[in-house]
Amino acid sequence: MEAGTGASAGGGAAPVRTHWRTRLSVYLNTNGRRLVLGVPYLWLLLFFLLPFAIVLKISFAEFAIGVPPYSDLLELTQDGYFRLTLALSNYAYLFDDPQYVIAYTNSLRIAAVSTAFALLVGFPMAYGIAKAPKGPRTILLFLVVLPFWTSFLIRVYAWIGILKSNGLLNNLLISLGIIDDPLVILGSDWGVYIGIVYSYLPFMVLPLYATLEKLDPSLLEAAHDLGCRPWKAFLTITLPLALPGIVAGSMLVFIPAVGEFVIPELLGGADTFMIGRVLWNEFFLNRDWPVASAVAMAMLILLVAPIMIFQHIQAKQADGEGAGR
Amino acid sequence: MPSTFLRALTGFAVGALFAGQAFAAEEKVLNVYNWSDYIAEDTLAKFEAETGIKVNYDVYDSNELLESKLLAGHSGYDIVVPTDHTFSRLIAAGILQKLDKSKIPNFANLDPTLMDRAANYDPGNDHGIIYMWGTNGLGINVDKVKEVLGEDAPLDSYALLFDPKYADKLATCGIHVLDSASEVFPVARNYLGLDANSESDEDLEKATELWMGVRSDIQKFHSSEFINALANGDICMAFGFSGDILQAKGRAEEAGNGVNIEYIIPKEGSLVWFDMMGIPADAPHPENAQAFINFILDPQITADISNYVWYANANIKSTALVVEDVRNNPGVYPSAEVMSKLFIQKTATPKYERLRTRSWNKVKTGI
Repeated sequence: MEAGTGASAGGGAAPVRTHWRTRLSVYLNTNGRRLVLGVPYLWLLLFFLLPFAIVLKISFAEFAIGVPPYSDLLELTQDGYFRLTLALSNYAYLFDDPQYVIAYTNSLRIAAVSTAFALLVGFPMAYGIAKAPKGPRTILLFLVVLPFWTSFLIRVYAWIGILKSNGLLNNLLISLGIIDDPLVILGSDWGVYIGIVYSYLPFMVLPLYATLEKLDPSLLEAAHDLGCRPWKAFLTITLPLALPGIVAGSMLVFIPAVGEFVIPELLGGADTFMIGRVLWNEFFLNRDWPVASAVAMAMLILLVAPIMIFQHIQAKQADGEGAGR
Repeated sequence: MPSTFLRALTGFAVGALFAGQAFAAEEKVLNVYNWSDYIAEDTLAKFEAETGIKVNYDVYDSNELLESKLLAGHSGYDIVVPTDHTFSRLIAAGILQKLDKSKIPNFANLDPTLMDRAANYDPGNDHGIIYMWGTNGLGINVDKVKEVLGEDAPLDSYALLFDPKYADKLATCGIHVLDSASEVFPVARNYLGLDANSESDEDLEKATELWMGVRSDIQKFHSSEFINALANGDICMAFGFSGDILQAKGRAEEAGNGVNIEYIIPKEGSLVWFDMMGIPADAPHPENAQAFINFILDPQITADISNYVWYANANIKSTALVVEDVRNNPGVYPSAEVMSKLFIQKTATPKYERLRTRSWNKVKTGI
């Protein structure tokens, strides 16, 4: 592509004149591609980078009473200078007080455990759907997506009725004689795990399904013919080939789960202390937008590492596919 | 939450649309943001029938939430009801507009003594009216508490909440506490014999210690769930707002479930507060808001609200219209002796607020 651009740019001086139609097609080929690529970049600029810049800006401001409740970074001094004031204290604050570190580690732990459970539940589901005959498969896929048709908030709320001490689950278990005293699930970390696994399961199942569906069954047949046991075939063939789906699904569950606020608030207890609650406290109780923004920035930095790993694996995967063709 | 956001957004969009037409009549819409469980069932319907103004009604359960929305700007609300200490800070930040008293003839119905008290927060009473006022105290399920603690339990004291001797036992049947950093520390300091409004680190630490001593006994920190929990008999004690606890009592009586709730203003003294109805400076429908305030100040309307929500009002002409159950209830209209022990909450400095939030978080999470 680069070579093409070079040829068209230096077209005038070239000894052999290229036909105008070829030049137009080369032009469109390079710039058309740019145009198509420009749309997602514009999207990214508008809905990610711009808000990111605003949050970054607020994180360096100082708390003030007013609308909005923070100071300006730039001010014009009387002798005609622009003065830029950056308050680093908001970030220093995050290290001063152990609650931020505790909340971050809690968030990472809860997100990681939930992701593991989502994978355990989601993989057999995706596998089953991928192996199902075409007719039922469409229905099964539809069923995975169906919960999105009701509000997320209502679905999480419904779990309160299921999990509470005199709720559906406990009443069922007690009436079956499995337990004598109700299990305390609502108001504990387990409530949060269940809520996250339930809410984010489709994000795990769909990418897994996409990779498992592409899996060539003849590979497994060959393994079988060569005397490989099903379990070993699964471990050495299915699992490695499904890895991109596992990584994609896990990231899609893990990343939003870290910043989750609604689920721990409704299903967790007072000591389920995640970063979402910290943000709420800073924003709504202290009305301290600068510190709230600093917390958000720190969370973003914390999430960059897993996203980079994800990108890396995806890029490798894309390379591998390219080479295969 | 999403619907609130959307509504606020629409309110803003509509507001922006109409701001351009200064002479056009105001659209027949009013966006009210009030405390949860804080109005009579028929108040809004009556207002709509009388004026033809459509009311969008949203609720919150903490001053902090209200203040955050207003500080963000363009909340889209026309009527807000912050508590006194928050009210005065909103005035200082220029977030509330002055009332046009010529459009509120019923302003004259307000009790001058109580309005003088409110003037501590709003000199000249320029920015708001007292909507309702009340106290913080203990709501107890009398039978259960006596069953757990025995007949000679001090049912008139904050010791029920702050003394682990009692709280540890009451934990077995459930204790709920308001989730409001601003309201939990003044009563704790007062119980310890300290100045309720002290902002000293040392006093805050002592109050935090007091709460830490009973934190594991508290089942839930929440500012509105305790109403149903008390009424259903799910819990046996709550630290909450007077009227909310009396509403729980009413609901239990209505349900006939044998749950017997009492509201107690402990003998150590407690918080008294005024909820002030005002109009945000950027309200899209200020004319309708004035009309609404005037309507609320109608003696019968005010009395209807007091009768329903079990809070005292500041409308002199309405007192006779308030039913006896409410009017003669010492939990709603405390005796002069009890009144003398009640204390107000002063407006806090931001520095202290941050410490307060942090300390309360420590109580709630143990971190």
